[in-house]
Amino acid sequence: MSITCKEELKVHQDKVNQTIQAYGCRILVCCGTGCIASGAQKIYDEMVKLCSGMDNVKVEMQKDLPHLGELGVVKTGCQGLCELGPLMRVEPYDYQYVKVQLSDCKEIVDSTVKEGKPVERLFYKTKEGELCSHPDDIPFIGKQTRIVLENCGKIDAESIDEYIGVGGYSALAKALLDMTPEEVIDEVDKSGLRGRGGAGFPAGKKWKQVARQPEKLRYVVCNGDEGDPGAFMDGSVMEGDPYKMIEGMTIAAYAVGAQEGYIYVRAEYPLSVKRLKMAMAQAEEYGLLGDNILNTGFNFHLHINRGAGAFVCGEGSALTASIEGNRGMPRVKPPRTVEKGLWEKPTVLNNVETYANVPKIILSGAEWFRTIGTEGSPGTKTFSLTGAIENTGLVEVPMGTKLREIIYDIGGGLKSGAAFKGVQIGGPSGGCLVEEHLDAVLDFDSVKKFDAIMGSGGLVVMDENTCMVEVARFFMSFTQRESCGKCVPCREGTKRMLEILEKIVAGKGEMEDLDRLEELATMVKSMALCGLGKSAPLPVISTLKRFRDEYEEHIVQKKCRAKVCTALRQFHINAEFCKGCGKCAKNCPAGAIFGKAKHPYVINNDLCIKCGACKDNCNFDAIYVEA
Amino acid sequence: MLDQSYYNKADEIIEGYGRKAASLIPIMQDIQAEYRYLPGELLTYVAKQIGVKEAKAFSVATFYENFSFEPKGKFIIKVCDGTACHVRKSMPVKEALMKELGLTHKQHTTDDMMFTVETVSCLGACGLAPTLTVNDEVHPKMTPEKAIDLLSELRGEKV
Repeated sequence: MSITCKEELKVHQDKVNQTIQAYGCRILVCCGTGCIASGAQKIYDEMVKLCSGMDNVKVEMQKDLPHLGELGVVKTGCQGLCELGPLMRVEPYDYQYVKVQLSDCKEIVDSTVKEGKPVERLFYKTKEGELCSHPDDIPFIGKQTRIVLENCGKIDAESIDEYIGVGGYSALAKALLDMTPEEVIDEVDKSGLRGRGGAGFPAGKKWKQVARQPEKLRYVVCNGDEGDPGAFMDGSVMEGDPYKMIEGMTIAAYAVGAQEGYIYVRAEYPLSVKRLKMAMAQAEEYGLLGDNILNTGFNFHLHINRGAGAFVCGEGSALTASIEGNRGMPRVKPPRTVEKGLWEKPTVLNNVETYANVPKIILSGAEWFRTIGTEGSPGTKTFSLTGAIENTGLVEVPMGTKLREIIYDIGGGLKSGAAFKGVQIGGPSGGCLVEEHLDAVLDFDSVKKFDAIMGSGGLVVMDENTCMVEVARFFMSFTQRESCGKCVPCREGTKRMLEILEKIVAGKGEMEDLDRLEELATMVKSMALCGLGKSAPLPVISTLKRFRDEYEEHIVQKKCRAKVCTALRQFHINAEFCKGCGKCAKNCPAGAIFGKAKHPYVINNDLCIKCGACKDNCNFDAIYVEA
Repeated sequence: MLDQSYYNKADEIIEGYGRKAASLIPIMQDIQAEYRYLPGELLTYVAKQIGVKEAKAFSVATFYENFSFEPKGKFIIKVCDGTACHVRKSMPVKEALMKELGLTHKQHTTDDMMFTVETVSCLGACGLAPTLTVNDEVHPKMTPEKAIDLLSELRGEKV
């Protein structure tokens, strides 16, 4: 079955919506990576079991809607509040349930499905004790502006019919049937859409450059190699609404005259690969991908490549090298990817979120897009909010939203009321923002001024229990391990910086080390070959600037105020609690604990190797750690 | 010498992707998925079949972290040490597993070939940090104690 014109698409859309309305009740089980980890698959299976045979949840299967199930129990993408999973929504009541357990399923069926009554104990409860029955009542969700994620969690992530039902593919139809490729590029250019992968290069400009090339064989490539540890936005988009991104890529291909495209997905996202493959097969079946799309004669074939565990492949030229079957190492530029990209042909390379923005821009226009966000960075940005925060999960807000709103209004503040210390933005290539940045407007340009980058959108919140020197060491060990080794500044520079940081957290640092660190950081930043190398020192630069006192404490006083750095911890025995059992002394591998049975024991800190075996083995909680 | 069945499997995988240099990585991925490691002899064979120099094939295989020339255990446990998991204390989880299994920084697989413990940079389930995966199944909100319990659960499966 193929859809060959706008009218047919509209007919299909109406039919889907009529059918969806015919379900007396629809159960949407969140099956994003997070909720599946919390057991969502079992919840889904249980709901299918309980609901099968119930007329209320059933519709008659229609031959021309092959991807709309008979039973209204569906798997959606990320509904947002990963920490409270498994999540479930029940329509038409728009109830949002959190922390659904297998044992709750029967009650949901008996009360909600059969009688339309809510199961109140499964509603989200705010700190003030207010119950939130609908998703938008929950501050975490209600305060977001969802454009890229608009369908995520609301539609069956494995059904193209549902995507068409919410207006999917009408942007492609508009582009292909009403617009010339130049007009499509112009619209994207006017919208001011900037690449969401990190650097923020204007997408329209990139497309224009590719369209201008004399070489006619061109490629469209999607960077789904979301390697920043602590970022999962792109994964959520690919899992939750794969169609949108594929539609965006198809529009891009039409605009620049490409007939072939590649999606490069990191190896750690098997679910994304699975859902993308399903989506591609369904789109091909409907004539919305492959040969003669919408009967216009336009062909576009899409392929998926899985990454193999190399962070550097998130860099454009490394990514294309990897697709070609080579070591994923960046090359010197120019020529840039738009001139010589994949197989040396002009290539549009954007990331998942960028492509996912395209359909809406084509449909609602550049003007509309510009009403959201800031002058220089229109639109929204997705973030993954994690770390020491009350509500972790997926967030989408207009560009220019203040950090304070994201962390406190949406994220619900810090976990267990701890004091805010900083937030790492942009992963290992980004920097650390602190208290003074909480009220700054957050967009591509402002973040750069704070020695950080927007990056793909990881936000890891850190509290007083996080040691900033250790964090810098952590990032440096990551970039050092992931350095491809091609250029000397990155290969050697990151290694030397890591050695210095390791020395400092081990309590062996000297004040001169800080100058050396700064010098190395500046050198790597200015001399490394690729963007990843150039940004590798940013975590060091920003923590050195904002937490120099912590570095100095580690060096001079041999003290780690967060009590994280093992070598700087001091173990003591509280004489009041110690029963003199001697278990600690028996377990101490260094023979550093002395005492007499039935009298309080003492630790000799000169002999202590800070392993913590004594603390782990004490039955009376008598051993404490001092920074 | 590898059993002939390995070569037959490789042939089947090669056919699926086509005899071209760009197929190298996907072919290696499928072989590794089948055998949980990449046998060196088989890679030599694949290289010849798709017209890539043996040295090139090995240089690509060694570049990417996912490929292993060493056989791995029945259960591959990957402890996430992405930023979110790291600040929510993922390393004590890994240390507890290694201690329980008698593994060291040099030995990642138990002698009985049951368990392999590795670190992975980010699994994309940061909302549930710290996490680990057992053969790609994600386990959320781990603690050292829960990790040890998980091991006994997995050991139970083999009986």
